[in-house]
Amino acid sequence: MSKEPVAVVGIGQTKHVAARRDVSIAGLVREAARSALDDAELTWADIDAVVIGKAPDFFEGVMMPELYLADALGAVGKPMLRVHTAGSVGGSTALVAANLVAARVHGTVLTLAFEKQSESNAMWGLSLPIPFQQPLLAGAGGFFAPHVRAYMRRSGAPDTVGSLVAYKDRRNALKNPYAHLHEHDITLEKVQASPMLWDPIRYSETCPSSDGACAMILTDRAGAARAPRPPAWMLGGAMRSEPTLFAGKDAVSPRAGKDCAADVYRQAGIADPRRDIDAAEIYVPFSWYEPMWLENLGFAAEGEGWKLTESGVTELDGDLPVNMSGGVLSTNPIGASGMIRFAEAALQVRGQAGEHQVERARRVLGHAYGGGSQFFSMWLVGAEPPTS
Amino acid sequence: MNREIAVVAFAQTDHRRTSEELSEVEMLMPVLHEVLAQTGLKTADIGFTCSGSSDYLAGRAFSFTLALDGVGAWPPISESHVEMDGAWALYEAWTKLLTGDADTALVYSYGKSSPGPLRDVLTRQLDPYYVAPLWPDSVALAALQAQALIDAGDTDEPALAAVAARSRTDASANSHAQLRGSVPHGGYVVRPLRTGDCPPIGDGAAAVILAAGERARELCDRPAWIRGIDHRIEAHSLGVRDLTDSPSARLAAERAGAFERPVDTAELHAAFTSQEIVLRKALKLDDGVRVNPSGGALAANPVMAAGLIRIGEAAARVHRGESDRALAHATSGPCLQQNLVAVLEGDPR
Repeated sequence: MSKEPVAVVGIGQTKHVAARRDVSIAGLVREAARSALDDAELTWADIDAVVIGKAPDFFEGVMMPELYLADALGAVGKPMLRVHTAGSVGGSTALVAANLVAARVHGTVLTLAFEKQSESNAMWGLSLPIPFQQPLLAGAGGFFAPHVRAYMRRSGAPDTVGSLVAYKDRRNALKNPYAHLHEHDITLEKVQASPMLWDPIRYSETCPSSDGACAMILTDRAGAARAPRPPAWMLGGAMRSEPTLFAGKDAVSPRAGKDCAADVYRQAGIADPRRDIDAAEIYVPFSWYEPMWLENLGFAAEGEGWKLTESGVTELDGDLPVNMSGGVLSTNPIGASGMIRFAEAALQVRGQAGEHQVERARRVLGHAYGGGSQFFSMWLVGAEPPTS
Repeated sequence: MNREIAVVAFAQTDHRRTSEELSEVEMLMPVLHEVLAQTGLKTADIGFTCSGSSDYLAGRAFSFTLALDGVGAWPPISESHVEMDGAWALYEAWTKLLTGDADTALVYSYGKSSPGPLRDVLTRQLDPYYVAPLWPDSVALAALQAQALIDAGDTDEPALAAVAARSRTDASANSHAQLRGSVPHGGYVVRPLRTGDCPPIGDGAAAVILAAGERARELCDRPAWIRGIDHRIEAHSLGVRDLTDSPSARLAAERAGAFERPVDTAELHAAFTSQEIVLRKALKLDDGVRVNPSGGALAANPVMAAGLIRIGEAAARVHRGESDRALAHATSGPCLQQNLVAVLEGDPR
């Protein structure tokens, strides 16, 4: 008994912006779904099931919006699942959809994730006081800044590394027509001169609040054979979770992230990620998380991640490009951000990434995390179908 | 892929109008412990974990993250969450087991309706631009459906009262139920629905364990094999739906194989008496089928757990040898918008 291979044959996303006042939530998600169907040259009738994800319902003020969105996504008469795993949800949603194909429950599945942050205020949506719990301290930045500080102290990284990541990702975003921030006059000096928000995190080292949606069409081997453009094949996928806060937690390099990556690499036959993986789309909402996750994902030894960043290895023309799309730092519709990482990885191996295409990208990692660095979802996609 | 998967254990809380002295985690913990104890498994033995809940009941974002702490997710676990009733978490776990990536799964769900006015809270499920601003509450929408049924000649008020009486009488034998025994039918809440036609509002949690193949036989004397499971959604707008019918429930049942042979038991997630009328018709359940022997959602309706409880109750009857082939149903959204059907069977005796 073996799993059905899963192929990505359609990818669509909206142009991400601060506020899409011209469309409703339904209009936004339909735009991304329609675009993914067009890419796959399929119609709504070809879709067997819909799997949708987004981050907390409080961000738009709609409880379980999949109910209201069933019509807009052509789901009437079909199965529709709604995934929510905090910031990792975009990745998890794609994996739940992939499992429907892998288990041969459905042949072709539409998966979509979105956030329309302009409908409310995500920072305050995350800042509700919880009795007997550590508050998030005015948004996610307040929660993550101490962990960045811990990383700097542990690794001895110079305090310039965060701005290098931000400068790189914002330049990469200029090559991605769907990216939210297009800062044409960006310079390293401007990043370094931006206001300090949550020490050591500066304004230009944080993600924006975006409206946007991302969709993918996942299908089986037969569906892939009919696809008009090269499919991306899923070579491995996994989720891992650990508790939010406890005495043994390593908030700088959580074990759930390491275990998740190890599971994906095992499935995909990756012995040495630094050598065997060509590029990565990693969930980096605050710039310092690039070196931190490079270590957590096994691309660098502990304490060495910042050296890859500093030496230019993670630049678009480096030998391990990271966040070619501009990443979460340039585009952050929270619920969709994980799926955008997964979709951008697939775009790369399909050779469809346009100006931010990496040459000979054969195996690319998509990564997402959420909660208090406690939920992880990842997949590795390749240009060739899985061999086992 | 022909992998046999079964429900091998089920546990639920005693459902109560309020549990303000308990956090969600405290409410959930005993249920998790109980379901693990039934199988002798520990958290670390479980291959996949999936839960269902809603932030809107807790009144804050990411409420499920704290429930995960109650599971004891260390070392890290393979885990996921649906912002839906736990029945859909079970569906996700079922697909995970089908892929062969895991042999066992822990599924749980919970909901505390007591912190806020539930009828108001549920209005936030509706179309946010055209309908939700009018705040039509969940009882009013169910009353529209009930009136449509009466107008169509499918039922009348005495028949609805009889559904309520039967459910609560059956619930007498269910120590977890919130409303049990002889309950006054009461006056109108929203005409034609009276107090007795509506579910109690309450807090509760439930958990089940799934296992595949031989593992299921090791963990349970008489596993409740999931012969089929499917779910379907309808349009959201009530104006484009025939509220006297449930085509999505019928289609889900057909896909789950429910019509291939008769079932002896049905656990229906019919929160309002009128919804049992709709579901009996859509699911082709005749008077020979034992419907809601647990008392159903009319006896206890902890939002986000009530659907999973239907699967658990149906499975428990198979475990006890009281059913050989049972149908379990869960619903979501206004007026039965989304429906899930599972068919559970015990090995031949």
